Amino acid sequence: MLSQKHFLSLKGYIKEDIDKILETAFQFREVLDRPIKKVPSLQGVTIVNLFFENSTRTRISFELAQKRLSADTVNFSASSSSLKKGESFKDTAQNIMAMKIDAVVMRHPTPGSPKLLAEFIDATIINAGDGTHEHPTQAILDMMSLKEKFGNLRGLKVGIIGDISHSRVARSNIYGLLIMGAEVTVCGPPNLIPRYINDLGVKVNFNLNEVIEWADALNILRIQKERMGRSLVPSVREYRSAFGITLDRLKSHKKEIVIMHPGPMNRGVEIDGAIADSDQAIILNQVLNGVASRMAILFLLCGGQPTEMVEK
Amino acid sequence: MKVKRITKDIILKNGKIIDPYNQKIFKGDLWIKNGVVAGVGDFALPKSSGMQTIDCTNKIITHGFCDLHVHFREPGDDDKETLQTGAYAALAGGFTRVCVMPNTKPPIDSPESVNFINQKAKNLPIHIHPIGAVTKNQDGKYLTEMRLMSKEGAVAFSDDGLPIQDGAVMRMALEYSKLLDIPIINHAEDECLRAEGLMNEGKVSTHLGLAGNPDLAESMMVQRDLELAEFTGAKLHVPHVSSKKAVNHIKRMKSKYKNISAEVTPHHLFFNDEDLMGYNTNMKVAPPIRMEDDRKALIQGIKNGIIDCIATDHAPHKAEEKETTFDLASFGMIGLESCFGAVNKILIKENKMKIEHLINLLTINPRNIMGFQNDLFSLGAVAEIVVLDTNLEWIFSREHIESKSINSPYIGKTLKGKVVHTISRDFVTNLT
Repeated sequence: MLSQKHFLSLKGYIKEDIDKILETAFQFREVLDRPIKKVPSLQGVTIVNLFFENSTRTRISFELAQKRLSADTVNFSASSSSLKKGESFKDTAQNIMAMKIDAVVMRHPTPGSPKLLAEFIDATIINAGDGTHEHPTQAILDMMSLKEKFGNLRGLKVGIIGDISHSRVARSNIYGLLIMGAEVTVCGPPNLIPRYINDLGVKVNFNLNEVIEWADALNILRIQKERMGRSLVPSVREYRSAFGITLDRLKSHKKEIVIMHPGPMNRGVEIDGAIADSDQAIILNQVLNGVASRMAILFLLCGGQPTEMVEK
Repeated sequence: MKVKRITKDIILKNGKIIDPYNQKIFKGDLWIKNGVVAGVGDFALPKSSGMQTIDCTNKIITHGFCDLHVHFREPGDDDKETLQTGAYAALAGGFTRVCVMPNTKPPIDSPESVNFINQKAKNLPIHIHPIGAVTKNQDGKYLTEMRLMSKEGAVAFSDDGLPIQDGAVMRMALEYSKLLDIPIINHAEDECLRAEGLMNEGKVSTHLGLAGNPDLAESMMVQRDLELAEFTGAKLHVPHVSSKKAVNHIKRMKSKYKNISAEVTPHHLFFNDEDLMGYNTNMKVAPPIRMEDDRKALIQGIKNGIIDCIATDHAPHKAEEKETTFDLASFGMIGLESCFGAVNKILIKENKMKIEHLINLLTINPRNIMGFQNDLFSLGAVAEIVVLDTNLEWIFSREHIESKSINSPYIGKTLKGKVVHTISRDFVTNLT
């Protein structure tokens, strides 16, 4: 149903496939509004959620998507440190495969590990975040939320604000949005914007006020507390003074701007709570669309038939 | 590969002889008797029967190659490589003389450990020279007993793999080495700038989301070492130069201070960081494979004499150490067996260099840096000879690997030019 067997990265993805995923996701979104939110599309399909890194929302979102599709799911959590000490990545992968599963949803701290998994085993692999590389299902749900709000992605101006260097959300969003004809500007502390980011096709602007004037929507990245003080971000107030999405800052611009955040949020750090709770934020729509997007991706990759899809 | 002990005279017949010592090229034969050179060019062939004649028509006969930078992992990691398996990998690559780096377990940081290598290597088919550690336990702090190690046969000093971060220690090492007049080799990387870098910092690392190691981490350390060498008047050899910036620093320093030399690996000439797009862990090396612009600068650096020699940095690792996620994979690749086919393809076929220049980079230049015997076609010289087919195109595969490890990104690549015979000490190797 899609031109690639796996869902590892949006780099080099084709527009027709993203269109198909989004269209399917909107159909599943309707299913989620029904009293009985379950369809039999993936009955008999076994999916393993293989999480080598802590995650709450992404794992729950995938699990819910799988349950809504009637797939059988198993969760496997392993910290990467236990992996370092004991069983090799290859052995873990092959053990899981030996149990005859159809698809693996994997989160791992190392860039490229989903691709390696795809080399080791035969199942369909879905990347649920690989270190500082990509988080492609997040980009799909972000695009779905923007499409829901604006109707179209072509020509849309999106600012991505924060720590771009360490963000898998940023990379996947950049690839996806550009494929769909949107424009992207990244904005954040210059030491957290990769020197070669232009190669991804984005503009860089360190001035948040200019980006707000330019953009239709802002995707606000979480500033990880462990970066504070490590010569990366001097302090919270220093960060907020230049890049914080504060009530005062948005008030000073006479325009409506849509605010997104992939979560989890640090209220009072990269975003004010009042903004997160305001009408201009579509953060909770993103969460709901996350389930629908993941249903669409799982459905299209795990061999569901279009006629079964919305069957009651 | 067939390796046999020489039992009768060998005549290399009708080859193109390139003699890098006398800088002469001529057609002729070469006669090896009792493991030493007995005749070169025109000589009266002995009448005795039972000689082994090797037809070298359309082949080049030249000095055996010399590699200043290999890791044979003994002692400590002999499941990756041993002095013996390393020697066979060398023969397969046309190398008759190599220098082994001291980052073993334990490191070669005492006269006794230097002696251990020499004892173990003395009956092997190639000449193996230990490089001693600069600092005890390679911890970058206290100098080793360099003079005593040198007397036992250490030919240079290096903490390879571990850059000497402390500039004062590097200065002391260079000053002290003047007592011995042998080179100090520093793995040039600023560890703070390198940080957690897993590959070259550039466009590719940005796409892959892998932590980048900037070219500055190398070039700033190279610049420090060059200035310290000039300041102390000591002999410095810069290993595995990988960046354009470092080439430029070496070029500038060479114009005013002569006592420096530099090497480049085949893989930094053959690959660029685009080749890492698939997260191939066999391409994970230190220093990293850099951008096309750097690769071109390295080729140019060879052409105009800034880089003196080719060294493989042959670094064997077990399959499990490479068959893992990119962060956990070990740094390094093997390189002896693929060396000539790779550099001949890049430098001669693609960059129109002269074969005699390439042969200098593999023979007389590295020998001169270490002060090894280099008049190898003089009568009575112990045999160190290779026969090359420079036109043969071949696909490098597992069967060409003699090393105990197979971590080579050349597997499946088409190379041009092949070593067909290596004659070293009392051994003749047939690679056809």
